[in-house]
Parts: sequence; structure tokens; C-alpha cells
Amino acid sequence: MSDMDMDDGSGVVKKFMFLNRKAPHGTVYALEGLEVVLITAAFDQDVSLVFTDDGVYQLMKGMDTKGIEVKDFSKTYRALEGYDIEKLYVDSTSLKARGLTEEDLIVDVTVLSDDEMKNLMAEQDVVISF
Amino acid sequence: MPMVNIAGKEVEVDEEGYLVDLSQWNEDIAKYMAVEEKVDLTDSHWEVVNFLREYYAEYQIAPAVRVLTKAIGKKLGPEKGNNKYLYELFPYGPAKQACKIAGLPKPTGCI
Repeated sequence: MSDMDMDDGSGVVKKFMFLNRKAPHGTVYALEGLEVVLITAAFDQDVSLVFTDDGVYQLMKGMDTKGIEVKDFSKTYRALEGYDIEKLYVDSTSLKARGLTEEDLIVDVTVLSDDEMKNLMAEQDVVISF
Repeated sequence: MPMVNIAGKEVEVDEEGYLVDLSQWNEDIAKYMAVEEKVDLTDSHWEVVNFLREYYAEYQIAPAVRVLTKAIGKKLGPEKGNNKYLYELFPYGPAKQACKIAGLPKPTGCI
């Protein structure tokens, strides 16, 4: 056994950022991304979720998906707190460009400027984009 | 997907026996699933099953066991929100078995 095998890496906490960039429906990215986040929560890592570009639409209040016959998973973002995922960020440029404010979102988020977002990304060990 | 006949009604289940259409759920289905899981349903079991159905209605997911345990502790008290209590009720995994009885999909993050 080499030294590598001895250290299995358990107990190491990395900073993971999940970057959500796409509208909630029409592609599977948003739902799949959310499921990956829920699974990752089991591994006690330092997880941040970012919603940017059309990804901000994922957090819209008052979603109604009946007409397109897909599951409305927007309420699931409210369950994240119970999974100890409490760092949710939205970039102000994406919000403004879509005429949205924090009031339109289904969960509490921290709104960041472009510079703040850049710094937050630079701090991460892993960034996964959906 | 397989169809099973429960109390005179045809219902669709997935390959692991979970109910496909949540809206079809009723007490007969719960009792059928419980027999499949070899669980003797008592009021304590129903309390967890009903809790899960409320959780699903609110969040649209079946919680992972760790999350379920914590949420039950918050709502029903620490004497119920712990692994020992929940595993005594559902020996093969509270999230897995109770979700099946509650008509919910297999929990996300259940790996």
C-alpha cells in the first residue's frame, strides 16, 4: 500500500461551488444540479450555491409548471437549509438584467456585485457549473 | 413498469416497488407497502409516514435520512428525532421504508 492509499482524504473539507446558469425548465441542468447538491450535502463539505445568468429564474417565486407538464422543483430550494446548505448567492447584474429583485425569490440569498462574485469564485477549491 | 392490484385498484410501481403516481396514494396502498416491507404499522409509524407526506408537500422531495431525523426532532421532539427510535420503527432505513409506505419516491441522496 502506498502512502496515497493510507490517506483516503476523509475529513478533508473542500470549498465547493455549484454554479447554476440555466433557466429551470427546458433542459435538465437545473434539476440535475439541485440533485447533485442534495447528494453532496451528505459529505459535509463547504458548499456554496450561485445563481447567475438565466439561473436566477430557478429561484423565482410563484412558479407554475402545469402547462409544460414537468415537476415544479422550485420549492425544493427551501429544503436546502435542512440539508445545512445555507450559502446561496445571486449576482446583482443578472437580477437587474431580468428586472428582478430579492423580493421575487423563493429563498433568502446574498446578492453580490461582479467583483464580490469574482473573489468568491477565486476562493473555491472546486467549481462545478450547471 | 409493473402494475400491482391493491384493494381492487391497479397501481403502477417502479422496479423497487415505489409508487409512481403520488396522487394515487391512500391508506390501503400504505398498508400494502408496509406488508411488502415487513413493517407492522402502528400509530408511531403513521406519525412518521404522515410527517413525510407533509414534508414532500412542502418541499417536493423525499428527505435524506439525516435530514428527516433532524426535522422530526424539531417537530415531534428529540425522543423521536434520533436514529435509534426511527430505526426501531423502520429497521431497513427510515427514509427508504417510510417513504415507500408514504407513497413517495426514493429519497434524493439515498445512495
